[in-house]
Amino acid sequence: MKLTLKIWRQKNNSTPGKFESYQVQANEHMSFLEMLDVLNQDLIESGKDPVAFEHDCREGICGACGVVIDGQPHGLLKGTTTCQLHMRFFKDGDTVTIEPFRAQGFPVIKDLVVDRSSFDRIIQAGGFISVNTGQAQDGNAIPVEKEDSDASMDAAACIGCGACVAACPNASAMLFTSAKVSHLALLPQGEVENEKRVANMVKQMDLEGFGNCSNTYACEAECPKEISVENIARLNRLYFKSSLASE
Amino acid sequence: MSIKLDSKVPEGELSQKWMNYRSKMPLVAPNNKRRIEIIVVGTGLAGASAAATLGELGYKVKCFTFHDSPRRAHSIAAQGGINAAKNYQNDGDSVYRLFYDTIKGGDYRSREANVHRLAEVSTDIIDQCVAQGVPFAREYGGLLANRSFGGVQVSRTFYARGQTGQQLLLGAYQALSRQIASGAVQMYNRHEMHDLVVIDGKARGIIVRNLLTGKLERFAAHCVVLASGGYGNVYYLSTNAMGSNVSASWRAVKRGALMANPCYTQIHPTCIPVSGDYQSKLTLMSESLRNDGRVWVPKEMSDVEAIRNGSLRPEDLPEEKRDYYLERRYPAFGNLVPRDVASRAAKAACDEGKGVNKSGLAVFLDFADAIERYGKSEALKNGIKNPDKATITKLGEGVVEAKYGNLFEMYEKITGENPYKTPMMIYPAVHYTMGGLWVDYNLETNVSGLFALGECNFSDHGANRLGASALMQGLADGYFVIPYTIGTFLSKEIRTPAISTDHPAFASAENETRARLEKLINIKGKQTVEAFHRKLGLIMWEYCGMSRNAEGLKKAKKLLQDLRAEYWSDVLVPGEIDEFNPELDKAFRVADFMELGEMMVEDALNREESCGGHFREEYQTEDGEALRRDDEFTYVAAWEWNDNTDSILHKEPLVFENVELKTRSYK
Repeated sequence: MKLTLKIWRQKNNSTPGKFESYQVQANEHMSFLEMLDVLNQDLIESGKDPVAFEHDCREGICGACGVVIDGQPHGLLKGTTTCQLHMRFFKDGDTVTIEPFRAQGFPVIKDLVVDRSSFDRIIQAGGFISVNTGQAQDGNAIPVEKEDSDASMDAAACIGCGACVAACPNASAMLFTSAKVSHLALLPQGEVENEKRVANMVKQMDLEGFGNCSNTYACEAECPKEISVENIARLNRLYFKSSLASE
Repeated sequence: MSIKLDSKVPEGELSQKWMNYRSKMPLVAPNNKRRIEIIVVGTGLAGASAAATLGELGYKVKCFTFHDSPRRAHSIAAQGGINAAKNYQNDGDSVYRLFYDTIKGGDYRSREANVHRLAEVSTDIIDQCVAQGVPFAREYGGLLANRSFGGVQVSRTFYARGQTGQQLLLGAYQALSRQIASGAVQMYNRHEMHDLVVIDGKARGIIVRNLLTGKLERFAAHCVVLASGGYGNVYYLSTNAMGSNVSASWRAVKRGALMANPCYTQIHPTCIPVSGDYQSKLTLMSESLRNDGRVWVPKEMSDVEAIRNGSLRPEDLPEEKRDYYLERRYPAFGNLVPRDVASRAAKAACDEGKGVNKSGLAVFLDFADAIERYGKSEALKNGIKNPDKATITKLGEGVVEAKYGNLFEMYEKITGENPYKTPMMIYPAVHYTMGGLWVDYNLETNVSGLFALGECNFSDHGANRLGASALMQGLADGYFVIPYTIGTFLSKEIRTPAISTDHPAFASAENETRARLEKLINIKGKQTVEAFHRKLGLIMWEYCGMSRNAEGLKKAKKLLQDLRAEYWSDVLVPGEIDEFNPELDKAFRVADFMELGEMMVEDALNREESCGGHFREEYQTEDGEALRRDDEFTYVAAWEWNDNTDSILHKEPLVFENVELKTRSYK
């Protein structure tokens, strides 16, 4: 299949970017990123600057990849990262628009690569359980209800790609933050620090320039791991409790 | 010059060695720890757990990753699980049994004392991870669930759906994040190690390239810990992430560290087959699938043809016309034979012409029986009497989905086929490298003050790694071994002041790094880095892949030397050094892979026996099983790189005092 790609090109964060058009020959078995590989090989061989995009595991788990494809973070397929999107969902003659995840909290580094270190700082603010190595009791000492453990795992499945932010009209990082808050809050080991954790993580989230949540649920719709907005509700409840406790 | 390889295995009875050694090990007092600096390279399970734990202990840690975040390290992609000798299932497991299975699984080519220590600390890992909030799978009673894995007869694998690596890595990442927040660890993202700085025989720092700006930077410390992963990407196509590379280890080799058993590579039996020559990587389907999936090819060639050309659906082929070759050849372990055995059996089936896809390089992994079995049992549980076929299938699919849902989904996304309805197609692919930097019992390389953890060392898996043991080793090394053993070196360094990056060794390492990068970028040849990497991969897979022979290996050596010469005269790297330039990052890594490839071939040629992942065609039994030659090859082959001649072999004899060397049989 022959495709026309409209790709956002931007040299760095201090230079304005613009869309440029390219033609590429793809086939239906390729992944979306393999299609970009083909384009880049052509560009390099013809002495042009290849398109920078982030990627690593190419099996949908590392969270490194992620671009906006025709207006949707990670493209049209539900519950799928960019690297797991295959070209059989496109057809010959299509024009495909590819842009970076856009948010104040994710400054552009080059082309489709953005800086998501803000997510690391949100985790550093409290997204952990304060236990040193060697302090643990036997793993079976505290039974955890299977339902809680499963719900915790659902939230913990977040890959930190940032699609939720890119999808949100306010560029809010609430789904990401609440997924970590929920993962830990649902376990007896994590519950102890709930109030401090949620307060610190939300504070950091605000400092990073992410917007507020206005319940559009676009984040849930675009999340490649289908993390539920119920986590945001849980964060809000815990945040409310926490703010009462601190007054 | 011969290097003496002292394994430093402590005296005493096997089961007491670690405990006694740990109790008598020299320590570094808290006031001294505050002054002592440690560099950790890599943030996978081994690196993140080591950096976090060393930070907790009070050392000043600087931690480096080439990724944009420590959470992206490739440990994240491990699916199946982590072993531990908890014996929660009361099925006869013990530390000794885990030790024994690992030694046997590794085909008697690993060090007894290291493996026993691994088995001992395995139980602490589970406790630690639970305390950190790793959401392991649980039973309805609230206790931890287990499943079984290839090569063993007990259920000792702990798991978090099909994302165990992700959850364990996030646990370690969160522990690391906590130390970053407290200031104990300074984290450097998007910084790639380009050289090791050795001063007076001791590892004292690294040269890194800031991947955002392209600038070279110097970092000094009292010692350096590498946890930079494996080298499977030397094959180009592997289940490794695109960025996984050997360069940190290889730079250490170029500074005198030895590479042990580089030819031991693990070819994982259950990966999605190659679909075309544009392919950038291969995707693993977790080994846990072999708990319930049955591997087969058709008995008759006519059926193979029919399936290939689409005139016959595999699910319609009657039972008696299928060859469940693993169950037939290995009745005791069946579909759960170790990875090397399963991979070679798949290759043998395809070599006979039974491959079931167009390229002839695929076999089936079938869940129809499991769906039926689970469906019936669910129906019984739910009190449904005389369930019809549709009900059974529906219930059974539900159970299979709960166990492997994410894997089935991934398979369907990639192939467009529904594995609930038709058998999966699988084929072996490069997955893990057992070889790595030579280390002693302290995990210290032959370069003083340079430690290696996790997949980047060679220590625990011998010639073949058992499933769910990589996660175990990474975390054992990082949480429970290095925090102790690093003291054996650092306790002698308490009077050493902070190391200065003004030392001439830093300047010369930096200059060499710059010269190498300038050379690469100024070649301005005709072929892209990717094109060379593919060529390298084809040579390695063809001659140093699932089976090897002397003639092929000799040919490969020549091909690799020619390819390397061609690379350094015709590679095309766009852009500049002092900027964000992913192609240059890749060019640096591929150059190192080429040299490593040569060493792998030399090692494979030297090892005139078949063991684990290393299968030499000249050494096999009459029925095609691997033939080990214990009299001559019960040693670790540690190689010293030499720019001008072949690599130089140093041997560490392996002594087995506790287990008897047997022919590994899974029949």
